[in-house]
Amino acid sequence: MQSLDAPDSLCNCEVLMTTVAMKAPVPAAGRSSKKKTSPGGGIGRYLLLRFLLIFPTIFILVSMVFWLMRTTGDPITAALGGKLGPDQLAKLISAAGYDRPILIQYFEYLGQIFTGNFGTTISTNRPVSEVLLTYGSATAELVFYALIVAFIVGIPLGLVAAYWRDKAPDAFLRVFAILCYATPVFFAGLLLKLVFAVWLNVLPVAGRATVGSELQMQFLPDKSGIYFIDALKTGNPAVFADVLLHAVLPALALGLLTAGVFLRLVRTNVIGTLGTDYVDAARSRGVNEFRLVSKHAYRPALIPIITVIGLQVALLLGGAVLTETTFEWKGLGFMLIEFIKARDFVAVQGIVALLAVIVALSNFIVDIIAALIDPRVRY
Amino acid sequence: MTAATMLAPKAPLWTRLPVVHQFRQSIGLQRGMLVVGLVITGVFILTAIFAPLLAPYGYSQLRDDNGTFGAQQAPGGAHLLGTTVGGYDVLSRVIWGSQTAIAVMVIAVVLSIFAGVALGLVSGYFGGWLDRVLVVVCDAVYAFPALLLAIVMGIVISGGRSDLWGGIFAAAISITVVFIPQYFRVIRAETVRIKAEAYVESARVLGASNGRIMFRHVLRNATRTLPLIFTLNASEALLTLAGLGFIGFGIEPSSAAEWGYDLNKSLSDVSSGIWWTSLFPGLAIVLVVLGITLVGESLNDLADPRLRSRRAPGNTGVVAATSVVPGGTLDAGPGGIDGLETGPLAPDPHPNDDPFEAK
Repeated sequence: MQSLDAPDSLCNCEVLMTTVAMKAPVPAAGRSSKKKTSPGGGIGRYLLLRFLLIFPTIFILVSMVFWLMRTTGDPITAALGGKLGPDQLAKLISAAGYDRPILIQYFEYLGQIFTGNFGTTISTNRPVSEVLLTYGSATAELVFYALIVAFIVGIPLGLVAAYWRDKAPDAFLRVFAILCYATPVFFAGLLLKLVFAVWLNVLPVAGRATVGSELQMQFLPDKSGIYFIDALKTGNPAVFADVLLHAVLPALALGLLTAGVFLRLVRTNVIGTLGTDYVDAARSRGVNEFRLVSKHAYRPALIPIITVIGLQVALLLGGAVLTETTFEWKGLGFMLIEFIKARDFVAVQGIVALLAVIVALSNFIVDIIAALIDPRVRY
Repeated sequence: MTAATMLAPKAPLWTRLPVVHQFRQSIGLQRGMLVVGLVITGVFILTAIFAPLLAPYGYSQLRDDNGTFGAQQAPGGAHLLGTTVGGYDVLSRVIWGSQTAIAVMVIAVVLSIFAGVALGLVSGYFGGWLDRVLVVVCDAVYAFPALLLAIVMGIVISGGRSDLWGGIFAAAISITVVFIPQYFRVIRAETVRIKAEAYVESARVLGASNGRIMFRHVLRNATRTLPLIFTLNASEALLTLAGLGFIGFGIEPSSAAEWGYDLNKSLSDVSSGIWWTSLFPGLAIVLVVLGITLVGESLNDLADPRLRSRRAPGNTGVVAATSVVPGGTLDAGPGGIDGLETGPLAPDPHPNDDPFEAK
């Protein structure tokens, strides 16, 4: 499973699935000696190669989405067919250029995306890039909160499970981790809503902020769209608290999904490092057990975790679509569903293309971090 | 040496069956997890098979002899788990939903195994530019959020809602596209490794055709890890189906029962404190995924010597048939490892040796 021996599996994300991934890279001494070290193949060359690899990835995804969506017909008929007469439809189709040969449309679309133009939505007649900017910040905020929850919950619990391997805490935490994975985010969201928002009535049911707070942030001179920052700028603690309270349930629902993955990853990797000679050596020197786990065993186990975070971004974005729908969190995922309902495929295509770019970029960044930490990754 | 003496006395057939073998191999906590998973999965499959007998009403039934069921009735009385906002019986829809779930899981996993294995085998065996292209494409698809890809496929295949089998196939094919890269990667990696083995070279020297080498020599040795991915993917298929249903790509309630669709409809109920419409379909999803994942996890752990809990020395159990040992497991030798021993209770010639050494 190590990427070292497989130079043609180009990106380092060859981790197959979370569980298989977990057992991958227990740092094994002597493994690196197998690798042919090419003279002059330093970090710079790796950076460049890995950077160039972003483009085919984005190109493939964008092309795939374009061709798949186009097999359903042109976007205007899809959105407005049945609402307008055939004459009006034909007029609109030729005005938008959808009656030209599809290959020309394809290359035009690629060119437009390259310059950051994702087209104009049919249902709301706004540039897709504007939609992406407005709602992208909301999604980014949600994903960021979720990652924090995942780290806070997943990593310490993973260390606990690894230290008490096959004992009661481990059994309990493993079932907890599987439950985190087995619970669809929207079901977790519904349960959280039911308990904390309806029965206990301590947290808001849905949305990103109350109408009052949103009004206050609306009049900020340079608002970022990220409510956390905007609420700070208003200087009003009530608004800030309101925004944070609204984020708790969505962040928990989405974060727990990933927390389970982190827990399992940390557990498996720390079990691997706990069995190494240097941990035994440290223990014989009298290093206390807490320090042993939290420093000696944990640090080297971090590398495989970092590699997997790249894949988690994809999982989180997919989960964000569902979480946003559950909590009416007006981000990209929420809008995506709205556009699908309106059969506005230009907008759908734009959002999917943007997410493809984000996924490709985050995988790139993660691979680079992994290469900087662990020289064996570079090839 | 005749063929008869070459064959080692094998363990009885039933102990070599996939799950039975792992069950015998497991101990303690791992056995517990495996058993719990098997029980839940078994109950799920039985529910799906006997849904017509178990469900008190049909999945699209709105009325019986006493008139309509009424919407959002609390659990109890004629409707053990209450009724939904659309006036369906919750218990019946939860039970019927298992049929839809199992159909989608089976179709999705079978389709993706066939496509992924075929692509991986060809790509890994022949290499060259086709291999390069397929690897990059699969990496791209693999990195992409599965649900988004399934949404795009859902739009393409069904344009949204559809009837029973249309809906099931739309969901299954959407999920298949997401899973193909996983099988592709595993099989390709294994194929590349096995291609370099001596027995493949011997077969080539003997003049075996590419097709024969691929299917007889490579494929048979490359499929060891498949059962593990298989179980994990089955649960992921169910989650994707539920996700699709939840965002409105579900199957119409008049065609079949689908848990994700029911959860979507219960979204507004939750705000008014109606818990039974969301709790039970959700629990059904969680339980089924939990059961299948427990089985998959246990098989996965048992296949990996680093994760397998060991018996006390002297009672070491058996080597996992699914564990990936470079060059094959030990029983591949002439006569097998068992053939080297005179019998299970033969006097030990080296009583002071490490008990693990024998295996």
